[in-house]
Amino acid sequence: MGKTLFDKIWYKHVVEEVQAGPSALYIDKHFIHEVTSPQAFGGLKKRGLKVFRPKQVVATADHNVPTLNQHLPIKEILSRQQVEQLHENCAENDIELYGLGHPYQGIVHVIGPELGITQPGMTIVCGDSHTSTHGAFGAIAFGIGTSEVEMVLATQCVLQSKPKLMRINVEGELKRGVVSKDIILFIISTISSSGATGYFVEFAGSAIRNLSMEARMTICNMSIEMGARGGMIAPDETTFEYLKGREFAPKGQAWNDAVAQWKTLFSDEDAVFDKEIFIEAADIEPMITYGTNPGMGISVNGTVPLSSTLEEKDRASYLKALEYMGLEPGAAITGKKIDYVFIGSCTNSRIEDLRLVASVVKGKKKADDVHVWVVPGSKQVEKQAIEEGIDKIFEAAGFELRQPGCSACLAMNEDKIPAGKYCISTSNRNFEGRQGPNARTFLVSPLTAAAAAITGRVTDVRRFLAESTESAENLM
Amino acid sequence: MSKSINIIKGTAVPLAMENVDTDQIIPARFLKSTSREGFGKNLFRDWRYNNDNEAEPKKDFILNNPSFIGKILVAGKNFGCGSSREHAAWAIKDYGFDVVVSSFYADIFRNNALNNFLLPVQVSDSFLKKIFAAVQADASTEIEVNVEEQTIKLLATGEEENFDINPYKKTCLLNGYDDIDYLLSLKGKIETFETSGQEDADHLFDAEYKLISKERSNPNGNVYKPVY
Ligand code: SF4
Repeated sequence: MGKTLFDKIWYKHVVEEVQAGPSALYIDKHFIHEVTSPQAFGGLKKRGLKVFRPKQVVATADHNVPTLNQHLPIKEILSRQQVEQLHENCAENDIELYGLGHPYQGIVHVIGPELGITQPGMTIVCGDSHTSTHGAFGAIAFGIGTSEVEMVLATQCVLQSKPKLMRINVEGELKRGVVSKDIILFIISTISSSGATGYFVEFAGSAIRNLSMEARMTICNMSIEMGARGGMIAPDETTFEYLKGREFAPKGQAWNDAVAQWKTLFSDEDAVFDKEIFIEAADIEPMITYGTNPGMGISVNGTVPLSSTLEEKDRASYLKALEYMGLEPGAAITGKKIDYVFIGSCTNSRIEDLRLVASVVKGKKKADDVHVWVVPGSKQVEKQAIEEGIDKIFEAAGFELRQPGCSACLAMNEDKIPAGKYCISTSNRNFEGRQGPNARTFLVSPLTAAAAAITGRVTDVRRFLAESTESAENLM
Repeated sequence: MSKSINIIKGTAVPLAMENVDTDQIIPARFLKSTSREGFGKNLFRDWRYNNDNEAEPKKDFILNNPSFIGKILVAGKNFGCGSSREHAAWAIKDYGFDVVVSSFYADIFRNNALNNFLLPVQVSDSFLKKIFAAVQADASTEIEVNVEEQTIKLLATGEEENFDINPYKKTCLLNGYDDIDYLLSLKGKIETFETSGQEDADHLFDAEYKLISKERSNPNGNVYKPVY
């Protein structure tokens, strides 16, 4: 029988299979950040151990850092201590750290790929659920807890049970104004926020093949929002093209050898998956969430479902979500007034996302009564945005361009959406309080966020694409 | 942290909610600590208090109801979804729970819980319903969870169900072993692996495929259509 992409990588990394238990899986790259690593280093110290393979660990500060005045010491004491602790731990253990002020600093899932650290065929972990992002390169990448971070620091291995495998095929052409964020929001709304729990998902099909690396990352990034352990896409010319010449990508002969090896990474034709799903790209509309988990999504032109259309057992949590969001069953979502626009997070803060936003807002202004925060995913993205003049477009539109970090995606720093306010966000979670206590979140694509910034309301972006001289299509 | 668990017997706290995500269990703003201790006081913080104020408990939230106390937390399906923060498991354990009962867990939470000797017991939807009904009707309802036997029982009626647990993890729980000790014992193998690699992994493929190929099915798969 044929082998799946997942299996080809997994079995190459099994050091030991525990009898009737999980496998000890060797980890090629381990990303760490300030929030989920201190207790792991603490545990290591207690055992009198040092980091086993420091060269395979890369650190950055992202979750808890301010996005203004990053050149100054962090004001908030606890945040500062946490970031300082990371510096100490990395120094003591000889770990490469891209901390605040470093030209490579940024959200961990943005910098790994852009520096070429993330490569096909690797096993990659990080104490963060959106580690699934790196799967876009044809890697097995998944989030782990702090005890597991400690395991990897101590042994470069993690104990994991082999997940079941699912393949999601998206075939055909996307409609105008529909981008990768809409694909993944559509998939999650279809199979639910727990529909892939227990599975690792491979995304395939012509619509996925046609996506850029950035767009593929957005899809894999949100695999966790349907419960999947991770998501992955087989590497191809698009992948190699993206990686070529990046800081830590192989060079010269090593590059040729690597590409030859990477080309063997695909699911064989006769490979069998535990579950397979087919989706027509043409069915997908620009999407938006209306509730308090990422599975509660509808077309931006749709209406909030009526509770009568739901199964009995789902009604209570559905009504609770609507109450939190201040929405009525059956209500149209287009035209809903919003207060904040957040363009950022490891889902949509890459240069291509900022270009998409710029393509819509160029020459326009934001609505008077909305605050628009653009938080680039990394220093590199920030730099490139400035080089391309995107910062000027945002400035003219009245947007606030901040410095890299997780920011209002999880509201750990001061970037919080006030209670009761509506935020249209390119991030990945609309949980209660995720963007600040009692804040209300609508998850959308960068295009839809851009349209909302201009009108101050939930808007179908195609209105702007039609009048825009510059087509956003070739940016997808 | 108490290591090793086997029999846990006692009353339960019924949290009748589904899709409880780790952002609710412990909101991000409380993740600034660099130790594992003390998260219990902020467990379910935003569901527990109004205006983020401990002087204003939300009366209708279950943890604020003095009738319900115990070492067993019972919750709706898809418990622990969302962020990988282990702080969620620490908070639940630190608050005083040793067991969570639900009909479905998010993968990362399940691992995190087990690594902290917090037992995630997965029961059927129907048994979960029964537990909720019994506990909500009578807060003094006692439940017994037995790791060795892999059973969960409503003591008053004797109704019980078996639950699954990975045999390796079961040994760890019963004996207080942790994964790091185990992995450290493999150091030699890991070093060999690093130099020689798993070049010929074919034997691993074959073994696995023989085991699971029969279970695999559904080659035609499901076609999803939108319901806008
Ligand atoms: S941007 Fe948001 S989802 Fe991504 S790593 Fe940061 S907090 Fe997590």
